Amino acid sequence: MAVSERTTGTPQPIGFSRSAWGRVGMVLRWIALFIAVVLFLLPFYLILRNALSTEADITAPSWTLFPSHLQWGNIKELFADTQVPMARALYNSAVVGVLGTAGQLLLASMAGYGLARIPYRHADKIFYAIVATLMIPGAVTFIPSFIVVSSLGWVSSLRGLIIPTLFSGFAAFLFRQYFLGFPKELEEAARVDGAGYFGVFWRIVVPNSLPFFAALAAITFIGNWNSFLWPLVIGQDSSSWTIQVAMSTFITAQTINIHELFMAVAVSILPLVLIFAFLQRYLIQGVTQSGIKD
Amino acid sequence: MSAPVETSAPAEPAASGARRGSRRQKGIAGNALWFWVFVGPFVLGLLIFSYLPIIWSLVLSFFEAYNTATPSKFVGLQNYVDMLTDHNFLSSLGTFTIFAVFIVPLTFVLSLVLALLVNQVKIARAFFRSVFFLPTACSYVVASLIWRLSIFNGVRFGLANTVLGWFGVDGIAWLSTVSPPWYWLPIVTVRLWLQLGFYMILFIAGLQRISPTLYEAAYVDGAKPGWQVFRYITLPQLRATSVAVLILNLIAAYQAFDEFYNLIGNVNYARPPLVYLYGISLGSIQDLGHGSAGALILAVIIMIVTLLQSRIFGFGKAGD
Repeated sequence: MAVSERTTGTPQPIGFSRSAWGRVGMVLRWIALFIAVVLFLLPFYLILRNALSTEADITAPSWTLFPSHLQWGNIKELFADTQVPMARALYNSAVVGVLGTAGQLLLASMAGYGLARIPYRHADKIFYAIVATLMIPGAVTFIPSFIVVSSLGWVSSLRGLIIPTLFSGFAAFLFRQYFLGFPKELEEAARVDGAGYFGVFWRIVVPNSLPFFAALAAITFIGNWNSFLWPLVIGQDSSSWTIQVAMSTFITAQTINIHELFMAVAVSILPLVLIFAFLQRYLIQGVTQSGIKD
Repeated sequence: MSAPVETSAPAEPAASGARRGSRRQKGIAGNALWFWVFVGPFVLGLLIFSYLPIIWSLVLSFFEAYNTATPSKFVGLQNYVDMLTDHNFLSSLGTFTIFAVFIVPLTFVLSLVLALLVNQVKIARAFFRSVFFLPTACSYVVASLIWRLSIFNGVRFGLANTVLGWFGVDGIAWLSTVSPPWYWLPIVTVRLWLQLGFYMILFIAGLQRISPTLYEAAYVDGAKPGWQVFRYITLPQLRATSVAVLILNLIAAYQAFDEFYNLIGNVNYARPPLVYLYGISLGSIQDLGHGSAGALILAVIIMIVTLLQSRIFGFGKAGD
């Protein structure tokens, strides 16, 4: 389908019937695209609609496209609700998101750089030991990880939420592959000036790799912010809930009003929409880099 | 992962002249120190939070361990036997299998279609790409909330039932109707919405790597634009991407937890393995021995399936 587009530019004898079919195909493709756009945007519209609705409007038997009136007070109500630790949950998520991302990138970039650039006899064995952890699917290790974190006494703490997630073998792998391709000439110039590994890394390599860092940062932050299973396992009391755990808890507990819950959803996706708006290019790079694993 | 590993470490220092050799030796020792400064913190964390848990889990799986992370009584392979004969665990594997049968082909086809649609657009391509990619930023919790409380809500309200009402069809209790198993519709669509954009981006990247000269050559050879070119040029050229999409998607399906947990909770009719394992190991009983055995069984299944899949779809054939 992409093909016919590409080739329309080349002069070719195209029969009448084919071009007519081509036009029908084109119309069908635009219709498909349009329907897909509506379906993909609909849930976002529902968040917005419900976040600004009264509870009655959300649960009305006859659903309407627009609420009877816009209720902007929902946001005030959400944060004023003393039963709901929403401010605390947002704070926890922000800390987990920012520190988790910064820590993961720092550790993985240093490890990746060491593996790619510092000659050491056992470097390849260490590298294999890191790659081996990629074979174990992350989510099935939540029970043993919980055991370790609980023996450290870190359950229901921000430490327990953040520290175990910092050591991503996959991020270290990506950084290593990236640094293997980093132009050596840049580093050599600095080495001649007397810089050691640390100086070269901080003053030359990192500043010249910011797009790569941005790409991984965007995707890591979104992953951390949206992560659910691990925060659910660790967040045993409400002071350590992240926003995802808080929202999930209130779906079933019914102690929150549904319009407040939708306002919470709207608030919770705000940082991601901002990342999307400003870092989309890097985000897509990150997806492409982290998606092609083979 | 199968990328050739370039050993950055040079060969053993050649003993060419005593002075030079000793200086080299010192350099290598310094390198070792710096290597560990850079790699050490990461490796230490990996040992504590990756290797140690796995080993501990392996140990626990041979013991009885209720409410405790310390093994209390050695039971040998009994936990494994129990899990492999546990009706609930087996049915959770069945739930996963049905889920994978729905989600893997649907995701593959639909994300490829989206990629082709977006790629053929000449105007506002970035807009379309963004619209389909945007849900990728949403969490499963958020999406489950919308699906459960707004679209597939109870019988009397909810968007889906309102739409059915326009056609005079009675409302359906989507998430609790077991026969016919309507709950699959919300479960599958929520994941499609969340992940199609991600795989679409992978396919777009794959499509853009295909050399235009291939299409020109096919055109000169008389291939009809459309299906023929797609079948004989585009699809084969996307082989590496397709393998990645299938494997990533299957692994992600195995790890399904968030949407099942948030949409229908821990119920016996639609419970994937992780929800079941979460229930037995961190629920009221805290049966960590059986939980560990189950998690290891699951890990082995995932690894086997991944290896089989990459064998069938051909990592080995990537060169041709």
